[in-house]
Amino acid sequence: MIAFVVRRVLQSVFVLLVMSLLVFVGMYLIGNPVDVLINPEATQAERAATVAAFGLDKPMWVQYGLFLQSAVAGDLGRSFAYSTPALTLIAQRLPATLELAVVAMLVSILIGVPLGLWAGLRRDKLAGRAIMGFSILGFSLPTFWVGLMLIMLFSVQLGWLPSSGRGQTVEVLGIPLSFLTLDGLRHLALPALNLSLFNIALVIRLTHSGTQEAMLQDYVKFARAKGLANRRIIGVHVLKNILIPIVTVIALQFGALIAFAIVTESIFAWPGIGKLIIDSIRVLDRPVVVAYLLLTVTLFIVINLVVDVVYSLLDPRVRLSDAKG
Amino acid sequence: MPAASASSPVPTLAIEGLTTRFGTRSGTVTPVDGVSLSILPGQILGLVGESGSGKSLTGYSIMGLIDAPGRIESGSIRLNGRELFGLPAEEMRKIRGNRIAMIFQDPMMTLNPVLRIDTQMIESVLAHQDVGHEQARAMCRDALERVGIASPDERLLSYPHQFSGGMRQRVAIAIALLNQPDLIICDEPTTALDVTIQGQILYEMQKLCADTGAALLWITHDLSVIAGLADTVAVMYAGKIVESGTAQQVLGQPRHPYAHALIASAPSRNPRGQPLRQIPGMTPALINLPSGCPFRERCERATGACRQVPPLHTGEGRTLRCFHPVDVPVGAPA
Amino acid sequence: MRVATALATAAVDVETPLRRFARAYLASKVATFGLVLLCMVLFVAIAGPFLTPQNPYDLKLLDVMDSRLPPGEKSGDGKLTFLLGSDEQGRDMVSAIVYGIRTSVLVGVVSTAIALAIGLSLGLLAAYLGGRFDGFIMRLVDIQLSFPPILIALILLALTGPGLGKIIVALVAVKWAYYARSARSIALVERRKEYIEAATCLGLSTPRIIFRHLLPNCLTPLLAVTALQVASAITLEATLSFLGLGLPPTSPSLGLLISNGSQYLMSGKYWISVFPGVALLVVIVAINLVADQLRDVLNPRLQTH
Repeated sequence: MIAFVVRRVLQSVFVLLVMSLLVFVGMYLIGNPVDVLINPEATQAERAATVAAFGLDKPMWVQYGLFLQSAVAGDLGRSFAYSTPALTLIAQRLPATLELAVVAMLVSILIGVPLGLWAGLRRDKLAGRAIMGFSILGFSLPTFWVGLMLIMLFSVQLGWLPSSGRGQTVEVLGIPLSFLTLDGLRHLALPALNLSLFNIALVIRLTHSGTQEAMLQDYVKFARAKGLANRRIIGVHVLKNILIPIVTVIALQFGALIAFAIVTESIFAWPGIGKLIIDSIRVLDRPVVVAYLLLTVTLFIVINLVVDVVYSLLDPRVRLSDAKG
Repeated sequence: MPAASASSPVPTLAIEGLTTRFGTRSGTVTPVDGVSLSILPGQILGLVGESGSGKSLTGYSIMGLIDAPGRIESGSIRLNGRELFGLPAEEMRKIRGNRIAMIFQDPMMTLNPVLRIDTQMIESVLAHQDVGHEQARAMCRDALERVGIASPDERLLSYPHQFSGGMRQRVAIAIALLNQPDLIICDEPTTALDVTIQGQILYEMQKLCADTGAALLWITHDLSVIAGLADTVAVMYAGKIVESGTAQQVLGQPRHPYAHALIASAPSRNPRGQPLRQIPGMTPALINLPSGCPFRERCERATGACRQVPPLHTGEGRTLRCFHPVDVPVGAPA
Repeated sequence: MRVATALATAAVDVETPLRRFARAYLASKVATFGLVLLCMVLFVAIAGPFLTPQNPYDLKLLDVMDSRLPPGEKSGDGKLTFLLGSDEQGRDMVSAIVYGIRTSVLVGVVSTAIALAIGLSLGLLAAYLGGRFDGFIMRLVDIQLSFPPILIALILLALTGPGLGKIIVALVAVKWAYYARSARSIALVERRKEYIEAATCLGLSTPRIIFRHLLPNCLTPLLAVTALQVASAITLEATLSFLGLGLPPTSPSLGLLISNGSQYLMSGKYWISVFPGVALLVVIVAINLVADQLRDVLNPRLQTH
């Protein structure tokens, strides 16, 4: 187990380096961010001064080297647009995005699993088919459009929920969280629903096919032969078998949720890192983009690693045959 | 097989005219067609037939485990005199695993891989008996000991994949015995095991049967298993019972041509150097059965009369469905 | 139980594989409906310019005085009825949507085809050749697949700027890895089969074995997945265009239409955002329905009677 983790960590560091290089080089090639920052009527001297101040006159590999040096020390450069350290900027916005993503993930499990279970057990009845039909819709609906429609319905027409921004926050361990206040929940409702839609459909389908397959297994037949109540067969025997792969997939989707939050945050003006990255890309605020990418890469790597470890803990067949080092 | 009369004991299991049908896209299939048999307490009945003869489905029908597109069409299934056909689902559930237990062919698939052994055993007790958790656990431990599993306390905390095939089947047997059933249905329980383990399991089952007085319905295609084990034998072909009687009668002097050919084709009966005897042709698909006697197209004794379904002959404690039974013992030239 | 049914029906099938496939596919009314819908979409995509009352991307034809008219209104010169309204530049929504569908289908199909070609080739090669090459490709694939597609596409388009060709390249770059991995796992199974052994014994050259023997047998399982990926590519393009990072503002794109219309939602001019969204939805639902049924029909394990 230890060897496995160590190997993965080393692999991850390698990936991180490669990504940072790619991104850095890419950003370097797309023109001079200075042009965006400086008044077009600035003199040559002022230009040169700005360029020097941001270190943009040095050759690329020197810039990269400097970048790496400070990165290891925890400094990922200063935002060109905001003049604050890029990392600080991201750290400020991160809780909002994480909150959104976590709530969306929970919603998708809490709604998706029961619905999928029901659909899997009542395959040929109307309820089952309706749920599966809805799941196709959930897959097909483009997130950004649904967000707009949600705003149109709930904010404009019905006026029940606010259409933008984050609600009141409460500090928990120094991190501002908004789902603990009623106002926060009201603001969280639409964006979280929007973000979770795709995953709800995914969970429904996974649970449905998992249940279907599980019901055909011999252990279900045996459980019935033992005279166990249906509730127990489904609630314990079937559920435990299907939950493991479902949770794995959902956890892996967490990274996608964070990425897709970009769209949701744009529509709902949610102050997270998604909105930040869009704006930064538009104005070529290189340090922020690089910092964001490195952060998300790290996040995905960590998520993948955690999921692998947890999976092996959950599935006794994997855990107890420790042959895979 | 004669049903209970005033002087003989009530059979643990008495089936009469059991018929189960399946509706498929290509038509209706009847894998269990008018099956009748009975087993007395402590007796072992061997139900013999090839794959597709309907023997497993007979077992499932008794348990009430037939799902759509199949259904038990008609017939009587009496357990200790109590009629099971037509019982509401909840009543049937109380009987399953309790008064009738079933052991399946492949123990790897029948035990849930992600649940511990004790979970799977204790739930069987708690579903049918009003005892506490600790007492149930003690019962499970005892059951494991009885089937010959060492260090039962440790084993209770393990998962199925940590056991060998033979041990898993012993666990399945232990589970079957937990609620002291009157009838145990064994659906080819030794087919998936090594020959040496097979022998052990057979011995265990026989002993347990004798000890507990449970009746055993042993479903198999393997004649050698039946030979040493069963008290009575019934031979199934294409959904019908073609011959039944005591083991000595059916195995020693089979009268139905199919039963005769089946027993004659066992390699152990063949003199050295002689070609193995075979039954010509193939088992018919159930959707495509010939009219009358289902064995007619492969039988060398068939005549025009066999286009009618042969009636059931009973007598001398055995039953037979044939117009032209064989009268010579197995092994002698026909 | 199922054994009995399988045995019973085995004797009856005498159809050709194609007929059997068609029958199995059309068995579902929903899937048939999806197929019909898909054909309609394709028809619109191909015949579009001949059907629409107006070429909405020919700037000379647009009149800003016609802008933001609700559905059913006529244009200023009376020649045109805006059946679904007009957008803020005076474009007829029906025409704009048709052109948008054209673009979506084009981008979806082309990017998927190229990504499939690349991914399939690499996957097959990796499976067949094994060793270091296989390890290298798969490492690349794993790394890429651990990142959400939208992120990669976003970065690429940020670097290259908007444009039709560029968006196709970005989509290809995002999707190839998925095909490579699927193709490789299928090929690994197929590779062990006897017909490959036979081909090797016959002394056929490696490229011939891979492309004439291995490839056709790996295609069928990939079919359903590919169809789904087309839908995914179309959604991705629309999302990127919506965010302003996809197609340039003067090209037809459903995402752009929706984006432009979003500012008018509050004032009740819903048609500029809603209708293109519905059109996008129809296209994607159609593809998903067909792909779903393809997958169920082509997967022998899921076939229950």
